[in-house]
Amino acid sequence: MTSPPVIKNCSYCLAHVPDLVQYGSKPRREIMRDPAIRGSIARALRPYNKAVCYPPNQTFIGNLSPDELNTIPRPWFTRETTGRNTGRFGEILDQTTFFGLLKLADVLNPPLFPMDETALATLRESLADHPLLTGFASRLETPHQNGENSTQQPSPQTSALAMHSEGKRYGWFHGDERAEGVDDENLGPYHLLENSCTKTTGALALSWLLHREQMAPEKVDFLISCGEEACGDRYQRGGGGMAKAIGEMCGCSNASGMDIKNFCAAPASAIVTAAAMVKAGLHKRVVVVGGGSLAKLGMKFQSFLEHDLPILDDCLACTALLISGDDGVSPIIRLDPGAVGKVPIGAGNTDESVFRHYLLNPLAALNLQCTDIDRYAAELQNPEIMEFAGSGDVTSKNYRKIGAMAVLAKQLEKSEMDSWIKKIGMVGFAPTQGHIPSAVPYIGHAMEAMHRGEIKRAMFLSRASLFLNRCTNLLDGVSFILERNPKC
Amino acid sequence: MLHMKKAIVFGERDDISGTTVSTCLKAAGVEIVYEDTACFV
Repeated sequence: MTSPPVIKNCSYCLAHVPDLVQYGSKPRREIMRDPAIRGSIARALRPYNKAVCYPPNQTFIGNLSPDELNTIPRPWFTRETTGRNTGRFGEILDQTTFFGLLKLADVLNPPLFPMDETALATLRESLADHPLLTGFASRLETPHQNGENSTQQPSPQTSALAMHSEGKRYGWFHGDERAEGVDDENLGPYHLLENSCTKTTGALALSWLLHREQMAPEKVDFLISCGEEACGDRYQRGGGGMAKAIGEMCGCSNASGMDIKNFCAAPASAIVTAAAMVKAGLHKRVVVVGGGSLAKLGMKFQSFLEHDLPILDDCLACTALLISGDDGVSPIIRLDPGAVGKVPIGAGNTDESVFRHYLLNPLAALNLQCTDIDRYAAELQNPEIMEFAGSGDVTSKNYRKIGAMAVLAKQLEKSEMDSWIKKIGMVGFAPTQGHIPSAVPYIGHAMEAMHRGEIKRAMFLSRASLFLNRCTNLLDGVSFILERNPKC
Repeated sequence: MLHMKKAIVFGERDDISGTTVSTCLKAAGVEIVYEDTACFV
């Protein structure tokens, strides 16, 4: 008989990368149409200290709770709050230190991100000054050791991407320029930078998780990556390998790993899979890691430019979670029959059907009602980013649906719906990074609230737009329930 | 009022999906000639 799986620890980090906003999918496409937009974007970027002080970012790394964020009047980006770049769950990394990690993530020869010794020394110094990442500094080899040349501008044929930080050029990010890399659009500079950003931020989140748990990397048994990138070449685009790439960078020498894909619901799917592995006795310590999405940087930049506002979607977001056996303290993931919410293929796409399957059915399987859950976490996108873009408050919309389903199920009076939503809901606080905002940013806050005895049960509901793959018109939903450890 | 009409439906995943709108319209006798649901996150 195996012990019930728990979420033992977690980490949440942001990397503030304003100079990479131009390489987000939307900005990149618009710059190709009109190169003058690059300058407009550059003028609208926030400095690091503003991104640090931004209340939703402080909430993401754990210095504010979602309830505390909700008391801060909007607009949040004008608030002169005191912000620290480290938080209870992780940190907001500056761009130069991020470049140091990005350089370290580059394992190709010739390198994807070559630079001269002067640039390398700056990055090495930046990593060395970082209390958690200092061990990475000595691993940045000098150019003569790794065969690099310089930061000279490459030939126009390479389409390499200029890499600047705080006005200084650190070099160019290349594609795979070996014989096997040419003519493969999947191995061009943009796709490889996208994959490298996922790996780098995944390693950042994993480093923080190991630090918070005070656990040696060799203790990790298995890694599951849930990022949105599609690693691989022309014969297997999306083939994967990200989990082991991240684990390798962090020294998890005893771990194997795999990647799970399910669009925005991939973190929830990965957590459920990790929990099942632990419960089955396959592995003792499984880490779920989600790196950030380069493609989604600046996704809503046009709206910010139109309103003469700073571009707020300027951070890569990442998380890592440690799933292990019951320690008598950490919250339990309910894996009883029917407790994990799924949306069957035959359920169709109507909201009522989807929510019935991944909200009501799991609760019924546990003989619970909607009102037995203390807090729900659905899509937790920062409304300030979404509303300027005309998409509305996505978080609030999902709570309306949860409330409506509770009323439909006759578990809540319609007249009580608004007050109930205030009690069980929260304000969104995660940047528009696709999979990262989908329910899981609340896990850290839920763990703390359970530890303090404020809540007993939280439900995480994650949705996936499967129809974006053009192979189906379906969408998906995955849910799970986290409970305060009864032994605690 | 809508019986025998044709409709083009645009929905949003986190608001009202195209499928939900179409289901309602079909019940009122509308022919759906195009339906799409967008994801803005």
